[in-house]
Amino acid sequence: MNNTADKFILLSLRLITYAIVLVVGYILFDIIRNGFSALNWQFVSSFPRRSGAAGGIFPAIVGTFYLVVGTIAVSLPLGVGGAIYLAEYAEQNRFNSLIRLAIITLAGVPSIVFGLFGLGIFVLFFGFGPSILAGSLTLACMVLPTIIVASEESLRAVPKGFRDASLALGATKWEMIRTNVLPYSLSGMITGAILGIGRAAGETAPILLTVAAFYLPRLPKSVFDQVMALPYHLYILATQHPEAERIRHMQYGTALILLLLVLGLSLGAILLRTHSRKKFRW
Amino acid sequence: MVEHSIYPENQEMVITTSQVNFFYGQTQALFGISLLIPAKQVTALIGPSGCGKSTFLRCLNRMNDTIPHGRVEGEIFINAKDIYAPGTDVVELRKEVGMVFQKSNPFPKSIFDNVAYGPRIHGEKNPKRLAEIVEQSLQQAAIWDEVKDRLHANAMGLSGGQQQRLCIARALAVGPKILLMDEPASALDPKATTRIEDLIGELRTNYTIVIVTHNMQQAARVSDYTAFFYEGQLIECDQTPKIFTNPRQKQTEDYITGRFG
Repeated sequence: MNNTADKFILLSLRLITYAIVLVVGYILFDIIRNGFSALNWQFVSSFPRRSGAAGGIFPAIVGTFYLVVGTIAVSLPLGVGGAIYLAEYAEQNRFNSLIRLAIITLAGVPSIVFGLFGLGIFVLFFGFGPSILAGSLTLACMVLPTIIVASEESLRAVPKGFRDASLALGATKWEMIRTNVLPYSLSGMITGAILGIGRAAGETAPILLTVAAFYLPRLPKSVFDQVMALPYHLYILATQHPEAERIRHMQYGTALILLLLVLGLSLGAILLRTHSRKKFRW
Repeated sequence: MVEHSIYPENQEMVITTSQVNFFYGQTQALFGISLLIPAKQVTALIGPSGCGKSTFLRCLNRMNDTIPHGRVEGEIFINAKDIYAPGTDVVELRKEVGMVFQKSNPFPKSIFDNVAYGPRIHGEKNPKRLAEIVEQSLQQAAIWDEVKDRLHANAMGLSGGQQQRLCIARALAVGPKILLMDEPASALDPKATTRIEDLIGELRTNYTIVIVTHNMQQAARVSDYTAFFYEGQLIECDQTPKIFTNPRQKQTEDYITGRFG
């Protein structure tokens, strides 16, 4: 009887997993099948023509790349710093659990809300205008919770034995954290960054209000310039473009490039993570 | 309770504790511990689980500072300095008082970097000097011959017993006078345990050692003095042979004859 129940559970779980893989696989397959025909050197290296109906998406690739780099550059140090405070220094009391709860809740806030927040704070209040700076800061706010949570988990996962041994050898608390906690939790922090990269590259709503332009004749010169970005470009092509029906291949091509860009950035981070895991194993 | 008469007349004392209480929040774990630790001797702390012997040991290098809501009362003098006095430099204290833990805890770094860790954080940068310290410490910990050809291999690849001796070497590299050992062999097989016990026998010529152990045969084998703890109290402390043959307190006798604990 028990054995039958066990088999049934195993089979159900397996089917559920397969179903998920199937859905993801189909989406990927659909994008690759339809987008592949649009891919060529000109598509990735030239500016759009006829409002994106022809030409390429080069400035959008560059824009998304800048935004992702800017987002990580802001959110990783802040997130890791916050995580170090929460995991290593903050006392376990009600106030700090409240902070933690707030951070987790922040992760669930809809991205359009972050967009409006960024518009209010960075674009208008600080007067950055629609710009890479405002967009990156907005996206950084959005991915911050993810990075904090992932980093804090990985800090807490470092065995107490390493900490005790460091302190007993006369290390100060910060020396202990720097030499015997941070290096081992690096891989978890990179995981947080990978998740952040994916979100920062893919979100449309936050950049819609803070940085994205549909068409710019030249690449940005400074962080105060607007940029084109892949998700926004895709959104316009697919829903706002007068020739939307006719340029499906351009839309799929853009989606495919966005996927490849996220994959490429994540792959870099994954390699870094594998390297740091190999270096410190226990 | 502790009478000087149990020590030879000119025995120098390194650690003096008087009326030490320790609290975990509201729970009192140590009650008025007054104990003398003689220089260059091995003092064993024995007693059943939860009797406070490890807590007491961790008071001696202030490792209990890291416990949230932990609190110490009373006085602990090490080399005539009150280690709980305001303004005490804990880093200096821990350079003086090394510690070896129950579960061997080498860092996931190379053998060399493990031993060099302490000297490095204390500012030693000279590679030649570091290499000397590493070799000397590994030799003192009786592990040099086993690892000298793979100093740059990851320490996690060593056996449990080797890891523990590496941890001892790492503690010695800082140049302590006192070594605290918290059940250093309890996770090791008999052969590795013997090696650790032999090592303690060698180290006692140069170091003052305080060892917590669950294993009474071990206490009898390695120590010169034994202190018996029970329910947070120091029941008695005496020369080890006396404790094991002719204890003054009934509780001690009951424990060492295996009637409880």
